[in-house]
Amino acid sequence: MSLIAVKDLSVGYDGIAVETNINFKVDAGNYLCIVGENGSGKTTLMKTLLELQPPVSGEVIYGDGLTANEIGYLPQQTIVQRDFPASVTEIVLSGCQSRGSFRPFYSRDDRQRAALNMERMGITDLGKRCYRELSGGQQQRVLLARALCATEKLLLLDEPVSGLDPKVTMEMYDLIRKLNTEGVTIIMISHDITAAVRYASHILHIGSEIFFGTREEYLHSGIGGEFINREEEQ
Amino acid sequence: MDKFIMYLEYPFVRYALIVGVLIALCASLLGVTLVLKRFSFIGDGLSHVAFGVMAIATVLNLTNKMILILPLTVLSAVLLLRTGQNTRIQGDAAIAMISVGALAFGYLLMHLFSTSANLSGDVCSTLFGSTSILTLTLREVVLCIVLSVVVIAVFIVYYNKIFSVTFDENFSKAIGVNTDFYNLMIAVIIAVIIVLAMNLVGSLLISALVIFPALSAMRLFKSFKSVIICSACISVVCALVGMIISIMAGTPVGSTIVAVDVAGFAICALVGKIAERG
Repeated sequence: MSLIAVKDLSVGYDGIAVETNINFKVDAGNYLCIVGENGSGKTTLMKTLLELQPPVSGEVIYGDGLTANEIGYLPQQTIVQRDFPASVTEIVLSGCQSRGSFRPFYSRDDRQRAALNMERMGITDLGKRCYRELSGGQQQRVLLARALCATEKLLLLDEPVSGLDPKVTMEMYDLIRKLNTEGVTIIMISHDITAAVRYASHILHIGSEIFFGTREEYLHSGIGGEFINREEEQ
Repeated sequence: MDKFIMYLEYPFVRYALIVGVLIALCASLLGVTLVLKRFSFIGDGLSHVAFGVMAIATVLNLTNKMILILPLTVLSAVLLLRTGQNTRIQGDAAIAMISVGALAFGYLLMHLFSTSANLSGDVCSTLFGSTSILTLTLREVVLCIVLSVVVIAVFIVYYNKIFSVTFDENFSKAIGVNTDFYNLMIAVIIAVIIVLAMNLVGSLLISALVIFPALSAMRLFKSFKSVIICSACISVVCALVGMIISIMAGTPVGSTIVAVDVAGFAICALVGKIAERG
């Protein structure tokens, strides 16, 4: 049984489909990259997977004991967050809310979990710092730690390296790969196809043509080969 | 000082101080969330709605105006937040529309049907709350205390949820927090606070009570909890200072409090700038 199986899915807003006929599945331990041009519906697909918006048609089946609430999510930064006064610890802790959602306060368990995930992300010493004063890479680590507090099973990452410089981008990719080897299933949206084929186990390409398969299949497919060759020529 | 102690002998001065402090406290708690969620204007819009409803209540000659004002303002709060949730521009327009509309109709109604000899005085005191804080009855004071306690209790119990809904609504929703419910709750609490605050500063100046303490605190502190606590302290101190000045100097209560809030903001902004350099 797959963690997520998507069948004949169309995604879009207000009943108008942006992308149709999406089919793929994600098994535990996979590292799936969703690539495609801007406006091809990547973020819309992700929101549909998270049940933030309903599918236009088709269905998303959660299996293996996974529910939509058990997906950790690394969203793109919003304007609100840029000048938000909050300490790193406060933000990481807020990821613990999915469990025991009726309890008003955090338990000792929650605090330990938050501390552990901050350590995993190497941000323990930033705990008392203000979020808005951190660098882009540090902010992403904070949000990643928060997502890990919400779940250990599956992480959805929406353009996790956008706006980061090359060195920090590499560190971020390494961090994500480390999580994947530790058993966290990863679904990542990216328009960085070179990175996608380097790290991912599976690739979903959406746009005018849709491709889903393993990395090797993608490299030998028409659509994937075309992109890779073009990048190599440059 | 003797003069102030003498004033404290009067029950209406004591009532005013109690109610003033409670309202300032409640307003500042939610203020931080409103400012961060970019909802500063909702307070303004709602207060105008409350003014309009107040005019209707006056025309209908209701003795207990709260019965009408509270539910209608809560209802508009819910409507405003619903329209403003995903379509930001339309939300802005909706607030502007409702707020000026209510203001115009309120004044029109009062003008057409008012039996009072001093119409402009009435309007002025509703808009700027010049004397109503000093004419509270015991029942109004009790109502205000009860509502404030409820607001503060709800805020403390749901503090963590309010934080995560404010910081990142999509993430909270994705991990299964019922964000619609909490947004609704925030809207209802704001409406309650605004209706309460009308007595203190009048409907035109309420936003100041909500926004200034939050903005002042954000100059000084960097974690959510410390901003909330600081904002509550600033708000209570400013309200007290403002009321004392206005009692001693005979200035209008509402505008004096807001003036003190503005001064507080200026000081905090300055301190924040110096701390950043140092």
